[in-house]
Amino acid sequence: NQYSLQMLSSSLRSSALSTSVRGLLTASSAASKPRHDVEGRAPPPLNQLSEHELALRDTVKRFSHDVIKPLVRSMDDSSTMHESVIKGVFDNGFMGIEVQEKYQGPESSFFDAVLVIEELAKIDPSVSVFVDVQNTLVAPLILTLGTEEQKQKYLPRICHDWIGAFCLSEAGSGSDAFALKTVAKKDGDDFVISGSKLWITNAGYASFFLVFANAEPEKGYRGITCFLVDRNAEGVSVGKMEDKLGIRASSTCPVNFDGVRVHKSAILGEYGKGYKYAIECLNAGRIGIGAQMIGLAQGCFDVTVPYLQERKQFGSRLIDFQGMAFQVSEVGMEIEAARMLVYNAARMKEAGLSFVKEAAMAKLYSSIVASKATSKCVEWLRGVGFTKEFPVGKFYRDTNIDTIYEGTSNIQLNTISKLIDAECKAMDYTPPLTVALEADRYRV
Amino acid sequence: LAVIQGRMRVLVGVKRVVDYAVKVRVKPDKTGVITEGVQHSINPFDEIALEEAVKLKEKKQATEVVAFSMGGAKCQEVLRTALAKGADKAIHVEISDEDVSKLEPLHVARTLRKIIENDKFDIVFLGKQAIDDDASQTGSLLAGMLNWPQALYASKVETDGQSLKVTREIDGGLDTIKVSLPAVLSADLRLNEPRYATLPNIMKAKKKPLEKKSAKDLGVDLAPQTTVLEVSEPPVRQAGGFVDDVSTLITRLKEKGFVKA
Repeated sequence: NQYSLQMLSSSLRSSALSTSVRGLLTASSAASKPRHDVEGRAPPPLNQLSEHELALRDTVKRFSHDVIKPLVRSMDDSSTMHESVIKGVFDNGFMGIEVQEKYQGPESSFFDAVLVIEELAKIDPSVSVFVDVQNTLVAPLILTLGTEEQKQKYLPRICHDWIGAFCLSEAGSGSDAFALKTVAKKDGDDFVISGSKLWITNAGYASFFLVFANAEPEKGYRGITCFLVDRNAEGVSVGKMEDKLGIRASSTCPVNFDGVRVHKSAILGEYGKGYKYAIECLNAGRIGIGAQMIGLAQGCFDVTVPYLQERKQFGSRLIDFQGMAFQVSEVGMEIEAARMLVYNAARMKEAGLSFVKEAAMAKLYSSIVASKATSKCVEWLRGVGFTKEFPVGKFYRDTNIDTIYEGTSNIQLNTISKLIDAECKAMDYTPPLTVALEADRYRV
Repeated sequence: LAVIQGRMRVLVGVKRVVDYAVKVRVKPDKTGVITEGVQHSINPFDEIALEEAVKLKEKKQATEVVAFSMGGAKCQEVLRTALAKGADKAIHVEISDEDVSKLEPLHVARTLRKIIENDKFDIVFLGKQAIDDDASQTGSLLAGMLNWPQALYASKVETDGQSLKVTREIDGGLDTIKVSLPAVLSADLRLNEPRYATLPNIMKAKKKPLEKKSAKDLGVDLAPQTTVLEVSEPPVRQAGGFVDDVSTLITRLKEKGFVKA
C-alpha cells in the first residue's frame, strides 16, 4: 500500500505539475500576461521599495533591534520564545498581514509579509519562522477557503493573539506527505480524528491547528481533508518539544489527536480536497522560507564584515587581503542573487502569475546560499566565530533547517526539473528542416 | 478623576536627521558632514514629542495632532512615519536642497509662526534639540515670536484642558511649572517611550492628508544669519595610563589638578 500511495503521490505531483504547465500556456503565465507600463517612467527594479514598504521595514528593524536582539541568546539556550516577542509581533501587526480590515487585519500585501520575515531573520530566524507560518500557511488557507463563520472566528484572532499550526507531517510521512495515517472517521454530522502529527512548528504556542486527516483512506489521497481543530478540544495533546540543533526558540512538537470529535463545519474548504490545498499553500510558503534564509544570510554577513574591516593581521585589514576579499565578494553576490529570486517570486504571486517553479528555485537557492554564507562567516571570524559570544555560530546552526522543512531540497530539485521537462515538451521543439537534411547528407 | 473633554490642537515639529546609530564622517572639503547615501530618520526627541501629543489625543484631551517638517523632498518619509505613529495630518514646507544646508532654527521658527498665524493651535510640541546641530533654539525663538509661555525639557506633561503642568529636567533637578495655553513645549528623553509604527497604522497613514506649502508663499525670509567656516572631527582621544594601586591613582589625579591637593 505504501508503494501504491507513492505512485499516487508521484502521479499527483505530476498532475499538480501539469496544472502548472497549463499555467505556463494560459492566462496565468508570465509569458502571456505582459506588463502595463506607465508613460514616461522606467519600470522599477525589484529592490526599489515603496514608501510604506520602507516604513514597515524600518519598524521591523527597530523592533528586532530593541526587543528581540537582547533576548536572542537566552531564547536559544532555553528553547523558548519570550512573551514580549510574541506580544510584540502581534501588537505591531506582523501577524495576519494579508487579512482584510473587516476582519481587523492590516489588509496589506504578500510582499509585506516577505519583508517582515526577511527583516526578522536578520536578528533571529526562530522569530522569523514563527511569523512566517502564521502569514504564509495559516492565514492564507483561512482567507481563501474559509466560510464566513470560520473567517469571523479565526481571522481577527490570527491578527491579535491566536497562533495557528499547520499539521501535515507524521512519523511515517514527510516528503511523501499523502502517506499520512491520521484518519477522520465520519460519525453522523461529526468526524472523529485519530492520529499523531510530528515536527509541528509553533505547536507549543498554538491555539488552534489546521489538521490534514484522511476521511476515506480507501480513496487514497483523495480522502485527505483539512480540519480546523482548537487546542482545547477534548483529545488534543501537544507532546514534548524537540531539543533541536537550530531555530531552537521556535517550538517544534508532536501533536496527538486521540478521538477528537469535530463537527463537519470544522472542515476547511471542500471535503477530500486537502491534498490540493496542502500543495498549493506550500508553494507560497516556500517564498516565505526563502525570505527567512536571505534574511539569515544577510544578518550573518552584516555582523561579519565590520570585523573584517577592524581586525588587522600583518599590518592590513583582513578584508584587504585579496583572497579574503574575493570570498567576501562571492558571498555578497550570492545573497543578492538569492534575494532577487525571492522578491521576484513574491511579486509574481502578487501579479497573479504562475510561480511554482520560481518559488521552488527561490527556496532551494536561498538555502544553498545561506548555508555557504554562514559557514564562510564562521570561518572568516576565525576563533571568535567559533564562540557563542558571536551570533554567527547560531546562524550557522539555524541555516540547516532550510534544506529540510517545507519541502526538502531534493523535492525542490525534483519539482524544478519536472517543470523544466514539461516546459520544453510544451514548446515542442523540432530541429529546423535544413539541419535534418545536413544530418542526412553525412549519414553514409 | 474625571477626564475633561479637551479641544486642544497640537502641532508637532519633526525633523529628518542623520540616524543616531550612524558613524558620522566629515566631508573631505570640511564644509559639513557626509549625508549622501547615509541612513536618516526622525529626530529621536521629536518622536518623543509626537508620542506625547498622540497620548494626549488618546486621553481625549487633544482633538487633532498635526505633524510639521521643513526641508527637502525626503522629509515626506519622516512625515509619513509621523502619520503612521498617530498624527492626523501632515504639513511639509518644502525648500530646495541648497536652502536645506543653510537652514537655521530662526527660519524654522519664523515658518512655524506663519503656520500658526493662519491656523489655530493650542500647543506646539518640539523635540528639545535636533541631534545633528544640537542647537536647541527653535522652541525658545518661537515662544518669543508668538509671545507664548514656554515649557522646555519636559519629562512629564499633565493638563486639565485650560493649562499645562509640566515637570522639566534642569541641571539642578526637577522643576515643575504651570503654563497657560497656548504654549510651546519641548520634549526631553524621559518623557515617554515612543511606539513603533505598526503595520495597520502604516496602511492607514496612506490615506491621511499631507499638505505641501512653500516658504515663499508663507513669506518667510530664508537668508542665513551665519556662515559655517569649517567642520572638523574632534581631536582623537588620547590613551590613558595604567596605575598599580589606588594611592598611586590619587597621587596622579592630584598631580594633574583634578583633585585638590
